Amino acid sequence: MLRIEGLTAEVDGKEILKGIDLEVPTGEVHAIMGPNGSGKSTLSYVLAGRDGYEVTGGTATFDGVDLLGKAPEERAALGVFLAFQYPVELPGVGNANFLRTALNAVRRGRGESELDAMQFLKVARARMKELSMPEDMLKRGVNVGFSGGEKKRNEVLQMALLAPKLAILDETDSGLDIDALKIASDGVNALRGPDFSALVITHYQRLLTYIVPDRVHVLMAGRIVRSGGKELALELEASGYGAPQAA
Amino acid sequence: MAAVTETIETVQAATEGTYKWGFSTDIAMDYAPKGLNEDIVRFISAKKNEPAWLLEWRLKAYAMWLKMEEPTWPSVHYPKIDFQDAFYYAAPKEGPKSLDEVDPELLKTYAKLGIPLKEQAYLAGVEGAGDSPADARMPIAVDAVFDSVSVATSYKERLAKDGIIFCSISEAVHEHPELVKQYLGSVVPQGDNFYACLNSAVFTDGSFVYIPKGVRCPMELSTYFRINAKSTGQFERTLIIADEGAVVSYLEGCTAPMRDENQLHAAVVELVAMDDASIKYSTVQNWYPGDAEGKGGIYNFVTKRAQCRGKRSKVSWTQVETGSAITWKYPSCVLLGEDSVGEFYSVAITNNYQQADTGTKMIHVGARTKSTIVSKGISAGHGQNTYRGLVRVAPTAHGARNFTQCDSLLIGDLCGAHTVPYIENRCLTAKLEHEATTSRIAEDQLFYCRQRGLTQEDAVGLIVNGFCREVLKELPMEFAVEAQKLLQISLEGSVG
Repeated sequence: MLRIEGLTAEVDGKEILKGIDLEVPTGEVHAIMGPNGSGKSTLSYVLAGRDGYEVTGGTATFDGVDLLGKAPEERAALGVFLAFQYPVELPGVGNANFLRTALNAVRRGRGESELDAMQFLKVARARMKELSMPEDMLKRGVNVGFSGGEKKRNEVLQMALLAPKLAILDETDSGLDIDALKIASDGVNALRGPDFSALVITHYQRLLTYIVPDRVHVLMAGRIVRSGGKELALELEASGYGAPQAA
Repeated sequence: MAAVTETIETVQAATEGTYKWGFSTDIAMDYAPKGLNEDIVRFISAKKNEPAWLLEWRLKAYAMWLKMEEPTWPSVHYPKIDFQDAFYYAAPKEGPKSLDEVDPELLKTYAKLGIPLKEQAYLAGVEGAGDSPADARMPIAVDAVFDSVSVATSYKERLAKDGIIFCSISEAVHEHPELVKQYLGSVVPQGDNFYACLNSAVFTDGSFVYIPKGVRCPMELSTYFRINAKSTGQFERTLIIADEGAVVSYLEGCTAPMRDENQLHAAVVELVAMDDASIKYSTVQNWYPGDAEGKGGIYNFVTKRAQCRGKRSKVSWTQVETGSAITWKYPSCVLLGEDSVGEFYSVAITNNYQQADTGTKMIHVGARTKSTIVSKGISAGHGQNTYRGLVRVAPTAHGARNFTQCDSLLIGDLCGAHTVPYIENRCLTAKLEHEATTSRIAEDQLFYCRQRGLTQEDAVGLIVNGFCREVLKELPMEFAVEAQKLLQISLEGSVG
């Protein structure tokens, strides 16, 4: 279970998160919606531990373990995965090599045995087929020369391989056409189960018709201002974030 | 607070633990008197029982050297070297013997360095017949040079069956004087430059390779250089000749103990390739780089040059330069034969206070000669990295081609990268291309890797290896794996 209490954080001395309270019970998928600049991406970076995102107060624990005092790689080993809004390019680093290095790092962190190149390829190829990714994407540099949709699918592939306990998807739907959106959603849905939880950050209700959330939260100006069931997303789509804040 | 502890640990790791080849071997040594004069040159020549012509050759070089000035054009800075304050000859008391009789201390030293001196059972045509993966590996013939002498050379008899000569240059002087006399100094003449000239006067040992006509060398040849003795310079000389149609791949590795003083390493390497011959020369240079404050380390002033004398001959230099306090080195190709090919692939890393001024010279003389230069410079800490290259095309080199690519990667904001390409073209039909980039390891790249579970050090290693990929893939397989690890170790503590 992810439990966030009174979380405040600043970037470049400017307070962005102004006291977030949020609980995502194990096995649930929650959506976070909100206008630009409300702090959605900041929340995801703070949970993943990016430098420059300074926590000034509050707590965030995952399965009872304090996340905020840990290095990003330690959080990854705990099972926290962030699907980036803008996946980063690593020139010259082969995608297969990167994926295997990441998978083995996480497996080491969990006390599992590492996969050799052949074992890895078998697993990776199977997942890629499910995501309709051409096999040559394994040979190319990480995200180098990938289209926007390919980059997002590569994020979902990484998620599928690393099998996280908590996935944070930061606007994974942006830049995806309908077909790609379905494929990416299938990737997330395949992971759903009693040991998996997810925080899906999005602007649009569209994604939530494919990844149906258990709860929807509205983030505005650094605070969760509304929470509700999946129907809240539809209401927001119809009336916008400017709707009365009374619950 | 966590960050402070981490920083302290990182600094400790960088200053103490990282150079794992820094031990020294305690062994009875024979020294020349300290300093340099004509008597020392005679001493070295006498120690090696050399013929008169070679002593004359050395003395001529010494006389030239006395009149030469140390070059000041490289962009490296160091206090003036006192050439009288060093030993020019240091050798284990027990002379070189057969492999079975090598001093156990030396065997231990090389085992610790991971260099196999023992020959594995080798049966032509049935490699890989063994049960364990270790048996399946291609053996590598090694010439081990310890300070001033070669202490062992493996697989000599096996190679001799194909007519291949692989031995120390001291041995070659006695066993194959006609070849040594013909080729020594024919690529790098005695008076070529200050350090090559010094080497010509006082060179002690090194490797000699001759591959006869039409022979493809059946295994990788290698020389492993180790400086062990204090206050000692190493001046080795390597000569490789590939006769018509011969093919050889040669590797060179080097390490030294950690000492507070600076030690001089001034080598000369000469390669000769005849018609249709091909030489691949790979170096992993890992001399002691000095500590985190820039104290100690090897001054590596090396002259390496190849002559592609024959038609369609090819020489390929690949170097991974991670060590030395100062590296000054320009492995070059003189492309004389028509359609001959020269290649230079280089990775140079400078961390802490290391300085590197390195690159290549491609001299196009023959028609349709081709050259490729790929240089990757990585600077971290206070490191300074300069690529210096010359592409010269003579009027005779009709249709010559050169492609040059120089990329620099910066880690941190105290280091520097510099590119100094010289291009001299006197031929209208030649085509020359030059590309250069400078980049930085971005914070978002590191975070992306760490979010996927990689430690900061592993992330830097992965990104740097990606940056160097075009060069590393030119190395023989086993060397490439070593080199990748080495890159990472060299950069430990550079981010954070």
